[in-house]
Amino acid sequence: MQDIVIENLSKAYDGRPVLQALSLTFPAGQTTAVMAPSGWGKTTLLRILMGLEAPDSGTVRGLAGLRISAVFQEDRLCLQLDAADNVRLVTPGLTRAQAQQALDAVGLQSCAGQPVRELSGGQRRRTAIARALLARWDVLFLDEPFRGLDADTRRLVLDDTRRRCVGRTVILVTHDETEAAAMAACSVLRLGTGVDTQNH
Amino acid sequence: MPAEMKQTQGLRLWAVLFWLCVWQLGSMALGSELLLVSPLRVLQRLGQLAMTEPFWQSVSFSLMHIAGGFLLAMCAGVVLAALSARFRAVRELLAPAMLTVKTVPVASFIILALIWFSTKTLAVFISFLMVLPVIYTGTLGGICAADRQLLEMAQVFAVPLGRRLRCVYLPQVMPQFRAACTVALGLCWKAGVAAEVIGMPRGSVGERLQQAKVYLNTPDLFAWTLTVVLLSLMFERLFLALLRALSARLERV
Repeated sequence: MQDIVIENLSKAYDGRPVLQALSLTFPAGQTTAVMAPSGWGKTTLLRILMGLEAPDSGTVRGLAGLRISAVFQEDRLCLQLDAADNVRLVTPGLTRAQAQQALDAVGLQSCAGQPVRELSGGQRRRTAIARALLARWDVLFLDEPFRGLDADTRRLVLDDTRRRCVGRTVILVTHDETEAAAMAACSVLRLGTGVDTQNH
Repeated sequence: MPAEMKQTQGLRLWAVLFWLCVWQLGSMALGSELLLVSPLRVLQRLGQLAMTEPFWQSVSFSLMHIAGGFLLAMCAGVVLAALSARFRAVRELLAPAMLTVKTVPVASFIILALIWFSTKTLAVFISFLMVLPVIYTGTLGGICAADRQLLEMAQVFAVPLGRRLRCVYLPQVMPQFRAACTVALGLCWKAGVAAEVIGMPRGSVGERLQQAKVYLNTPDLFAWTLTVVLLSLMFERLFLALLRALSARLERV
């Protein structure tokens, strides 16, 4: 698998630049944490990488033909389905038992058959995480995935996420240093601090 | 059944009984069956008609034609709405046609249809024309209002088209589609029977209504009108129940 290489990426909304001539490399088979102040354009960067937005200029290499999975900033669950079916929706062939296992791993033992609209915010978040982790993916995008989880739940979910991400290409956007460290990020990109740095 | 819904149905029944009483009292006050026949006499006449074969032949004829027009328009409306949501040019192309159908008086269409087609297919055509813009507009509105974030999620995860349609689009489009169907179901019976009254296809409910008018047979007029109301209500209930069952089945993963 190739590294994901971004070269001179720029994006503006209504003439207001969000990303300007950004060049980065996300190593294949590793977790990379992207850290930057609010409003820097981290989500825009992920949206471009996920193919949801086109850049104004610049190129992205290394993603062609790869299967993508994601935890968005929002949960983006189908409210009429139960938690297990939300997990199964994105992965054809997945059984309810497999979905149940994934939900168990993030502490949702009793919620698999519950309609998502009846779940709490934290339970929905974990359902979204379980869905992303169980999907068939080559690259996983995590946009502040553990937001809104209490300390104990966050630890449980982080452990499961890290376990499932070992040796795989993961791009994690977070504000939290400890989250980046807990995810065993091999590379931390600190952006928007005047001088963009890439620590390995 | 939720308590609030039960209460609404109770109130409806109470209101219906109230208006039936007003009708009965009005009829008794006027004392002329020709001017205002009593509800009891209408029920009696309906009972008599229901014992005859021509009654059921007329009911079947009108039901098949009006329901046929509705179902055809429903299918066409959904397909055209899907195409319009996908291709801007289709939406722009259809906009004047839909506006024309919505604004031209139904009587004009009926007269035109009498020139173009045989009276047998008149109700199908008129029912189709009345229903099409309602279903089209409702479905298109539902598709356009679909949650963009969920659609993006489906795109990122490359959710297969069938699942995307059933589990992402359908639940979001269905409320508007169902509302459009409810409106259209009432419309198709009103316009369809009106077309039959004007065109008088042989053996239709509309023809019976016209005959009742010609012979000043008020009990028959009311009995056939009540028949149309009952047919419309039963068809609406049955159709919406089937739609609910079908969507619940389809929306599963």
